[in-house]
Amino acid sequence: MNLDFSDDQKYLQEEARKFFDKEGGLSNARKVMDESRDADHELWKKIVELGWTAIRIPETYDGLGLGHLELCVIAEELGRSLAPVPFSSSVYFFTEAIIKYGSETTKADLLPKLVNGDVVGTYAIAEASQQATESNLKVTSSGDLLNGAKIAVPDAEIASHIIVVATSNQGTELRLVNLNDPSVTVTSQKNIDTSKAFFKVEFHDTPSQLLGQSGHGWEYIQHLLDQAAVLFAFEQVGGSQAALDMAKSYSLERFAFGRQIGSYQAIKHKLADMYIAITLAKSNCYYGAWALSSESSELPLAAATARVSSTKAFQLCSKENIQTHGGNGYTWEYDCHMFYKRSKVLSVLLGSEATWKEKLVINLEKTNTLIKE
Amino acid sequence: MDFNDTPDQAKFRATCREWLEANAELKEDKSNGHGESSLESHLRSSKEWQKKKYDAGWAMLHWPKEFGGREATPIERIIWGQEESKFNVPGGIFEIGLGMCGPVMMQYATEEQKNRYLAPMAEGEEIWCQLFSEPSAGSDVAGLRSKAEKDGDEWVINGQKVWTSGAHYSDFGILVVRHDPDIAKHKGLTFFFVDMKSPGITVKPIKQITGQAGSGSGFNEVYFDDVRIPDSQRLGEIGDGWKVAITTLMNERLAVGDARGSDIEEALTLSKAKDDAGEALIKNDAVREKLADWFCEANGLKYTKFRTISALSKGEAPGPEASITKIVSANKLQSIGNFGIDANDMAGMLIDEDEGVSSFQGAWLGAPGLRIAGGTDEILRNVIAERVLGLPQDPRADKGVAFKDIPTKV
Repeated sequence: MNLDFSDDQKYLQEEARKFFDKEGGLSNARKVMDESRDADHELWKKIVELGWTAIRIPETYDGLGLGHLELCVIAEELGRSLAPVPFSSSVYFFTEAIIKYGSETTKADLLPKLVNGDVVGTYAIAEASQQATESNLKVTSSGDLLNGAKIAVPDAEIASHIIVVATSNQGTELRLVNLNDPSVTVTSQKNIDTSKAFFKVEFHDTPSQLLGQSGHGWEYIQHLLDQAAVLFAFEQVGGSQAALDMAKSYSLERFAFGRQIGSYQAIKHKLADMYIAITLAKSNCYYGAWALSSESSELPLAAATARVSSTKAFQLCSKENIQTHGGNGYTWEYDCHMFYKRSKVLSVLLGSEATWKEKLVINLEKTNTLIKE
Repeated sequence: MDFNDTPDQAKFRATCREWLEANAELKEDKSNGHGESSLESHLRSSKEWQKKKYDAGWAMLHWPKEFGGREATPIERIIWGQEESKFNVPGGIFEIGLGMCGPVMMQYATEEQKNRYLAPMAEGEEIWCQLFSEPSAGSDVAGLRSKAEKDGDEWVINGQKVWTSGAHYSDFGILVVRHDPDIAKHKGLTFFFVDMKSPGITVKPIKQITGQAGSGSGFNEVYFDDVRIPDSQRLGEIGDGWKVAITTLMNERLAVGDARGSDIEEALTLSKAKDDAGEALIKNDAVREKLADWFCEANGLKYTKFRTISALSKGEAPGPEASITKIVSANKLQSIGNFGIDANDMAGMLIDEDEGVSSFQGAWLGAPGLRIAGGTDEILRNVIAERVLGLPQDPRADKGVAFKDIPTKV
């Protein structure tokens, strides 16, 4: 039994944590938030220089040819530091899509540029304030031209390319678009977490390129979402742990009625519940990491379980961190709200908790996997 | 990342398996335990199985070799446990003796006593129990009031213990009592072992909320009326009772794990079952949401255990993650039991004439006890907060106060 990361992977995580600490921890997200920027471009440049965007890219395309487990450990640290960079959009999503569904020409063109940072990718699914389904897609591709609008698209300003889920008369397709094409309009959209930027992206007869086969787009996007869900779940666990650490430190410093507030059982039990939620989420993430890295057929179930469990943990930890801080926790000055907002953004970014619970149960209905050992 | 044994572990597992196959029968159905039997026949078959294991060196894997053990590593104990649980063999009688009483005897008893008591304990000839909890000392077990008064070379014990598993069939017990009520709570305690056949000991079964009592529940009240214990049966110094008890409770914590009973699988099977009109509960969104929640908990616990085993497998000390197990599993059990009763709607309260209490009714009736036994939900949250997260203890109203002056009522 070895449900653990290797020493090399743990070392990578340690290095990632040191890197984010050295770069100022949460201050980068705060800078983006206070200065209404779309991302921390300097931090992103350093991340590219560290080679993290190359992790999953095969060596033939100048990448490192490593597995998903290396991404899991980095994801946890990105979550802990709320790093305001397009890593998730470009690495968990775009890069994976190109590796899996890109033609040889596309791979040869884009993968080396994803390694050196010349290309940054993102993805677009949502079109309206409702659950996106295969039947309610309105962005259309016809003769390689794309028309329509996507909303709540992350990182569309820093990105150079985007993968768009679109409908066509051959069925659903994944379409690759160069965002610098003059036919594309990118407009910033206000959102509750200003340390992360979202955009409306409109296509007007925009040239696009098919990824994989026509008619399989929905199946592809589900697989990409499952993969990304595991990595986002590690981010959520990292954020949960950071929120618990904050709550813990504050409960030791703050006195009320002549005692540290951390000596009151109301606070202790709150923090114990946060620990319980994180532990369950983390163990479900390990299951997800195993399924992801071993390309197991259990991935859809494992991904949904990791996602639901981590979503719950991050939402609990971030809201109770504010509560533990009392009035201070409700100020802009304290960092508590940054975790609260990020937890909400991450909980809807890939689809809501209810959507993923439904995915979990659909897969549970299909499976004969036994919980008991 | 994988779920495989190392070559050494695989070899050990094969050795366990080989012996078990030659000496016991595989369970046909995973859920089927040893089956119902009278207490007498259960004791007899348990003792026979224990003796068989002892003779072949499988009885006390973690004990030192000098006491007939195998000095097995924690991972080897886990592998043995995984393999033994696949066979239809009796259990539940010797865990307290081998897990708690044996180690405390090894640490504190004289050479002569170790020679006299440890082998019969290990062979299954003599059964041991633990006498700690009292009617007025549960979570605050150091607040116990049973008295020990010195009389020459003997101690005279008066008082009452409660929730003593197996007292009615045990030959010996380990016991904490108060030798001095005039000093602080933790300092006035002394630890003994006692012959359960001593004059003055009365064992009364506890009737639980399930209606079960005696051999059914396994829990007892134990009354001590002028019970005489020789001073030679004292374990540790006079006044060291708390220190000795803590060593034992640490061993208990390792033993308390999952709440057994109806789990996500049973809930899923029940949800998929079709009623007379061909409808299934799983079509109901409220049911689907619960299934998702329970699966996250059950799966989270399963892989939490795998993380612990992985650390042990590498010879590392596991993290504190296993501390969540009982609190999560006992509450999940209560919730799933509740669901299983609701599934029968207006007739949910009825007990089947032939089959008796259903597994869901059993889970619902048993879960309140599991949320209390071996550390209440509240105590376990304190333990996580204080020992895992490092938060301060609550201020204690009884700190430094002579035991007799500690308030017990308004």
